[in-house]
Amino acid sequence: MYMKSVLAASTALMVAAPAFAEPAAEVLHWWTSGSEAKSIAVLQEEFKENGGTWTDMPVAGGGGDAAMTALRARVLSGNAPTAVQLKGPAIQEWYEETGLADISAVAEENGWADVLPDAIADHMKCEGKWCAAPVNVHRVNWIWGNKQILDEQGIEMPTTWDEFNAAAETLKEAGITPLAHGGQAWQDATVFETVVLGLGGPEFYKAALIDLDPEALKSDRMKEVFDEMRILRGYVDDNFSGRDWNLATAMVMNGEAAFQIMGDWAKGEFLAADKVPGTDFVCAPTPGDGYLYNVDSFAFFEVDGQDKQDGQALLAKLIMGPNFQKVFNLNKGSIPARTDVALDDFDDCAKASYDDMQADSADGSLLPSYAHGMALRGAQAGAITDVVTAHFNSDMSSEDAVQQLADAVAASM
Amino acid sequence: MMEWLERNVPKLVLAPSFVAILIFVYGFIGWTAWISLTKSKLMPRYEIDGIGQYTRLFSAPRWDVAMNNLFVFGALFIIISIVIGLMLAIFLDQKIRAEGVLRTIYLYPMALSLIVTGTAWKWILNPGLGIQNMVRGWGFENFTFDWLIQPKMAIYTIVIAAIWQASGFVMALFLAGLRSVDTEIIRAAQVDGIPTHRIYSAIIIPTMAPIFLSAFIVLAHLAIKAFDLVIALTNGGPGYATDLPATYMYAMAFSRGDLGQAAASAMVMMAVIFAIVVPYLYSELRPRRDH
Repeated sequence: MYMKSVLAASTALMVAAPAFAEPAAEVLHWWTSGSEAKSIAVLQEEFKENGGTWTDMPVAGGGGDAAMTALRARVLSGNAPTAVQLKGPAIQEWYEETGLADISAVAEENGWADVLPDAIADHMKCEGKWCAAPVNVHRVNWIWGNKQILDEQGIEMPTTWDEFNAAAETLKEAGITPLAHGGQAWQDATVFETVVLGLGGPEFYKAALIDLDPEALKSDRMKEVFDEMRILRGYVDDNFSGRDWNLATAMVMNGEAAFQIMGDWAKGEFLAADKVPGTDFVCAPTPGDGYLYNVDSFAFFEVDGQDKQDGQALLAKLIMGPNFQKVFNLNKGSIPARTDVALDDFDDCAKASYDDMQADSADGSLLPSYAHGMALRGAQAGAITDVVTAHFNSDMSSEDAVQQLADAVAASM
Repeated sequence: MMEWLERNVPKLVLAPSFVAILIFVYGFIGWTAWISLTKSKLMPRYEIDGIGQYTRLFSAPRWDVAMNNLFVFGALFIIISIVIGLMLAIFLDQKIRAEGVLRTIYLYPMALSLIVTGTAWKWILNPGLGIQNMVRGWGFENFTFDWLIQPKMAIYTIVIAAIWQASGFVMALFLAGLRSVDTEIIRAAQVDGIPTHRIYSAIIIPTMAPIFLSAFIVLAHLAIKAFDLVIALTNGGPGYATDLPATYMYAMAFSRGDLGQAAASAMVMMAVIFAIVVPYLYSELRPRRDH
């Protein structure tokens, strides 16, 4: 009798044991700089508090090239990490190569579809199933200005590109560099996409940089975009080659230049230097309508073992949890991907970005940034960037540029 | 037994490294060739698809720029390095004082990493910080030296930095060559009253032909594999004006998730190297009739 119950109990234990296994997660990411490391540590803490075992796998190297190489090696050896920092169409690309885990159960239980803008939710799905979780939204089409310089010259934040050009001419005459810019291909691409959006509007942006419609790529509107790029080139100082974006931000901060066109990670630089939005620097969307986003997210690879699968579920739940979304984004300078987080602790630029995101999501002008790998796959985005940067750094005519653009996109398919 | 060992130990010792080279060099060359014929993107795929990647490669303007840059950079770098190296060697060969010190000074750049060379020259050539700014500071307001930011001229800044790095090494090669020329012949020529420049151009330099060939081979492979210097000095910019095949391949493989393109460009690079090295190997390895 006694023997039997012991047997029964131990059998029950054995059956139940996998369910009690600690959730485990190995997380591959490239958030290794100061504020980024602090942001990911928040998630790590929460994961441990919920009884999980976290194995950190940071791969240094901004932009994630090294991390992607590490990921490729892991996947090829049949040992994919539990969760990987991936974003945009790269999630779908990986899904097609290897398949990704289905986390729809977590997503539905926590009502993700109700709290995420549709455009962003679409990035997180692979063939209709949830396979990734977003952590933040960066707005890319920001223009940052030095408040003191603008006040001295009597310049308002421009709302059209013509106004911007006029303001830049005034600044140039006053001997101030109008536009702080760094000479790296992705920075040229960032400016380019804001001009495409500003001059062409959301519909044109979609046709040209998301659907890659050859008509749009070769259109007169696109020529105007390249004309404006040529004008902007004239507002950049001569030493911009190879300059990092944060050095360009410092130029605005120190009053060496008036404007910078850069995503809201530039705000982190201002805030780190104890500058106050509205008094030391001003932020405004770049001229034109629409909102270009860059969303960081984690994708979940298919893994074996109950503990790892539990780990994925827990991680997914925590990533989209309101607390993590708030604390993480306060550290990182971006805004939560959830639309139901109270923003009291955030600065004015973040609040403006948050309101715009919701408004633009409603009218369909919440658009993925091509320059930051949200709109296109690597080969196509790279082909466009090659043309944009070649045009910006030479005396290529706008006619040649649109022709090359169409050819390069066609060749990259 | 001992006899067998004596005969076979060298082979046994060499076997592992031979196998390793077979797999990790030639095996992977074959693997790259295979990948270059597929539609591989993020991950390698193995269904052969044809020469599509090569067609794409040769229609890409960026690859054009990279190949042109390789020829401009390669030609100028090799020729100027050899000329400067030879001049330095001849001057140092004049039995001057402090030759050892001078030799060390000229040879020193070779000891630096190309990353250091690139970074240092990046600041020297930056128009707002380096030479241009300095000369303007002396009062020559119109002095302009902004090759670094001129797409058409930027490749020459890489040539300058590379020559600075390598010419000391070439000098060392030539100096060794000069010292090995038979002094009897030179003395005989001097006795006959032949001027020094004629002695060099007609006697000494022609006898150094093998050294020219070695210098050429060393410099040529340095030029083709040049990567770190470009990354540090211009990062391929402005635009992609200073891209070389190696930086193109890196961008395709690691930033763009386009393994097929990267493999195709790697194969073309290898073909270029073969075109240079095979004639050299042929001339070195063919059986000599005169022995």
